[in-house]
Amino acid sequence: MTNHWIDLRNADVILVMGANPASNHPISMKWMMKARERGAKLICVDPRFTQTATVADLYAPLRSGTDIAFLGGMINYLLDNDLIFKEYVVKYTDAPFLVNADFKMPGELDGEFSGYNKQTSKYDRKTWSYQLDEKGLPKRDPALQDPNCVFQLLKKHYSRYSIDKVSQITGTPKDKCEAVYKAIGSTHKPDRVATACYAMGWTQHTVGVQNIRACTIIQLLLGNMGMAGGGVNALRGEGNVQGSTDHGLLFHILTGYLPTPMASLPSLKDYIGKFTPATKEPQSVNWWSNRGKYITSYLKALYGDHATKENDFGYSWLPKVDDGMQASWLPLFVKMYQGAFEGFFAWGMNPACSSTGAGKVREGLGKLKWMVNVNLYDNETASFWRGPGMKPKEIQTEVFLLPCSSSVEKEGSISNSSRLAQWRYKAIEPLGHCMPDAEIMNELYFRVKTLYQKEKGAFADPILNLTWDYGEKDEKGKVKHLDIHKIAMEINGYYFEDLYDKKADPPKLIGRKGDLVTNFVSLQDDGSTSSGNWLYCGSYTQKEGKAVNMMARRGKEDPTGLGLYPNWAWTWPVNRRIIYNRASVDPNGNPWDPKRPLIKWNQANPETGQPAGWTGDVPDGPAPPLANEKEGKLPFIMKPLGVGTFFGSGLGDGPFPEHYEPMESPLPENPMSKKHRVNPAIPVAKLQAVAKDPSFLFSADFKRFPYVATTYRVSEHWQTGVMTRHLPWLLEMQPQMFVEMDRDLAAKKGITNGEKVVVTSARGRLDCAAIVTDRFRPFTVMGTTVHLVGMPWCFGWQYPADGSGGDSVNLLIPFMADPNTLIPESKAFLVNVGKLSEQPSDQPTKKKRR
Amino acid sequence: MAGKSFFIDTTRCTGCRGCQVACKQWNENPGTKTFQQGSYQNPPDLSAATFKLVRFNESAEATGDPKWYFFPDQCRHCLYPLCKMAADAVAKGAVNLDSRTRAVIFNPEVKISPTDFKGIREICPFDIPRHDEKLGGMAKCTMCFDRISEGMLPACVKACPTGTMQFGEREDILKIARNRLGEVKHVHKNATLVNPESVRVIFLLKDVPEKYHKFAERKEATGTTRLAGLKRFLYPASCLEKS
Repeated sequence: MTNHWIDLRNADVILVMGANPASNHPISMKWMMKARERGAKLICVDPRFTQTATVADLYAPLRSGTDIAFLGGMINYLLDNDLIFKEYVVKYTDAPFLVNADFKMPGELDGEFSGYNKQTSKYDRKTWSYQLDEKGLPKRDPALQDPNCVFQLLKKHYSRYSIDKVSQITGTPKDKCEAVYKAIGSTHKPDRVATACYAMGWTQHTVGVQNIRACTIIQLLLGNMGMAGGGVNALRGEGNVQGSTDHGLLFHILTGYLPTPMASLPSLKDYIGKFTPATKEPQSVNWWSNRGKYITSYLKALYGDHATKENDFGYSWLPKVDDGMQASWLPLFVKMYQGAFEGFFAWGMNPACSSTGAGKVREGLGKLKWMVNVNLYDNETASFWRGPGMKPKEIQTEVFLLPCSSSVEKEGSISNSSRLAQWRYKAIEPLGHCMPDAEIMNELYFRVKTLYQKEKGAFADPILNLTWDYGEKDEKGKVKHLDIHKIAMEINGYYFEDLYDKKADPPKLIGRKGDLVTNFVSLQDDGSTSSGNWLYCGSYTQKEGKAVNMMARRGKEDPTGLGLYPNWAWTWPVNRRIIYNRASVDPNGNPWDPKRPLIKWNQANPETGQPAGWTGDVPDGPAPPLANEKEGKLPFIMKPLGVGTFFGSGLGDGPFPEHYEPMESPLPENPMSKKHRVNPAIPVAKLQAVAKDPSFLFSADFKRFPYVATTYRVSEHWQTGVMTRHLPWLLEMQPQMFVEMDRDLAAKKGITNGEKVVVTSARGRLDCAAIVTDRFRPFTVMGTTVHLVGMPWCFGWQYPADGSGGDSVNLLIPFMADPNTLIPESKAFLVNVGKLSEQPSDQPTKKKRR
Repeated sequence: MAGKSFFIDTTRCTGCRGCQVACKQWNENPGTKTFQQGSYQNPPDLSAATFKLVRFNESAEATGDPKWYFFPDQCRHCLYPLCKMAADAVAKGAVNLDSRTRAVIFNPEVKISPTDFKGIREICPFDIPRHDEKLGGMAKCTMCFDRISEGMLPACVKACPTGTMQFGEREDILKIARNRLGEVKHVHKNATLVNPESVRVIFLLKDVPEKYHKFAERKEATGTTRLAGLKRFLYPASCLEKS
């Protein structure tokens, strides 16, 4: 989230699209309800009438996988009707910048941007650039009239997205489109603000990144970024998934969003040179210019005194990926299926149910020599070898199931969608031999290290030189019990030497050797500081000689009245509750919206001696506001040019979002362009050529599989249900796999409500109970009727033990992904449904009273 | 009349069922074996193991926006509980009225024959009482008597994230309910408070009660059966008038 959960209450309009918070984030509805009490409008756009839709002021249905068409129509509507916040757009975005005259768009090139290479399915992004003046800065037209300025290009591109066209593609009734556009457009005024909330309904598409970009374009046009009650807000589906990305659990990043080093960058200097952007814009903060300090401090956290200037702070010990290597989820499981791996740690996950193409994933697990599954319960992954269709005798994989503690059996921090790191205490001792994950890792580390010490082996340095001083050691050198506070402190970072501010005279002590680093402004690139994650610098600090866990704070003060609660736990970065908040003020530092002043610049007061400065939220940097020509700074501090960018020249599939059909869609052709049915940046031919079974990737056979399918969660179950299916109270409420469908489709197929049916796709089949409902309705798309069905993904064969739960919907889902992030396309694919002739024995067993 | 009351504002209910599971948890009621039978509503009905149940119903007509009605069903704790009057005749002490909170509380240890139970269940306008066949007594919502006696909120109210459920002194709750009805009337023409004069669990519904649940509202007993006559006879006239 750019903003935070409580901030939802400050919105005037709430757009919920690609998310169903009433089911999946129930507590968020508290804040949405508070917004509605103030008169805010809640808008829900979703293929199905969800629990969120029941409390929405406005509901608009859309065919799954057509969000860009819908949002493109909105952009067109805002521009056509001049519903933009012009001063904001001119001063805080790249709208006035002139683009390379050779840049061409899908309207001109039948579905592709300039630079497309058919053979590689890649874009040469040379023309996706700004025209530069003699100072190296983008040429600009503040009147936004130049035909090559970003604003005019945006207008031209989205002029193709008329409401008529949008309605034909999405199946959304025209009056519904217009009503939503109008409501969102009402927030173009400085004192009105809209928030956008999304989840996997936007990301799990082959145009996932562009779905979000379309939203950012809208929020920038309306001047809603950086504002209280505004922003683009990812509702994280897992309590600590924000923490997991912050701490680099993905293949392409280390902690704090530092890119994973590549083999082509052999030295730290190369790495810093490659990933540290330069800017010629004097008023840009260009925060990533600090990259060298963050990576060096990270290396110091890993290797401590072993990391020296002479050995490049141990940079060569970091694992590297080959250039262009996509070590993401789907490619990993392809490799596993091909037998490329001996072993696999499935730590706190259940890929046999959670991964798209689950059938092949289960087969892939059988190609391993060993697998370690760390989990609370036995699950479909640990027990894959005895699952449906498996021949246990033929499977050689040795499986180790390590029982771990649940969240209430251990202490530590958890980072939620608000970027809020909250400390949790241990409530009870772990059951039996269960251990916290960190203790399991401690055991594992010690054994691996001992083996390296004894047997040497290739590339032992990264293991042997690792700092692992998380508690008292036994006689063998093993940390007896891991002190989680020590890890939190290492993440924050330490001063390795006394550090002085040399600009002051005499030099002023910033931090003493061995103390915790104050915040990331103190981090250095000379090895004098460490920080396991620069974003978390300041989360565990030193005050009056004592270590203070900022994440454990429980202050309930709310000085701004906006619900920031700055003394409750701790938010990255530097306890800033709303990021890009410098965009919430005009160039003089006065809030655009005087009713909701997030930050404000105050001139020095000679009478009281109060120096000039900001009040409110922690501002995005202490510099004075933009109008101060000498020291003032632009608001979007993470961007090299300091402005919000409509023109997304860094993505693989285009600088503006364009509608493409999902890989599996009921339309033979993309209504926006004849040439490209699907996202052209996906190397379809290449993937099909190497796949043994191309229909496993996807099948465009909409005659055999005529119905659009989508997936979702229910309130009662968590992810694949490993944790919740074992809880009788929850299983009782959602006991079995189901498929929801509209009444017309059910009538056509002779399916009655509650009947057992079979859902098939090019990947497999799944038995489901039918829910025939008015909450699903057929769409009229390009003049034809399209039916949509929906299924949850929380079930699996392994539990309930009698098999009555069914199995995972991921058995049906294609193995295709967004070209930028490689997130699988789970939210729009094709299926067929039919009656299951034999009736199951649905006789309730005897009720037991505890 | 003093005592406690609930206000259940279904215009804010999102069907998350936090109340349903909180009720099970506090009362230590077991989960039962259920099946997906074409609705999110599960278990299908109230039982001796389920005192609170969110009922899911939806629109029959495919015009306008779809409708999905959530009805967090539970004992209404009537001001003049017919179940008590009926039970007193056959099993003294099976149903009790707490003098302070006016909670209607079943004593599960008082055995009731299936025939007597049938009569008690039928006399309830809201179809709440359930028979625990194994133990022989009756079961239903206790108003979380053990919690409220200690100044805590009932478990369902405590768990509700959206502000659908409120609990407090009857006068305060009635005031809140009437105010809220005034607010939502602009948007929902058919909005009503259900039997606010005669029950302690006051529902605010967006639409007509039948769309939520057959027994959402207490109907006037009609016809000339013995039971209908009994209902009319037992129910004080003052409670039948709507103010």
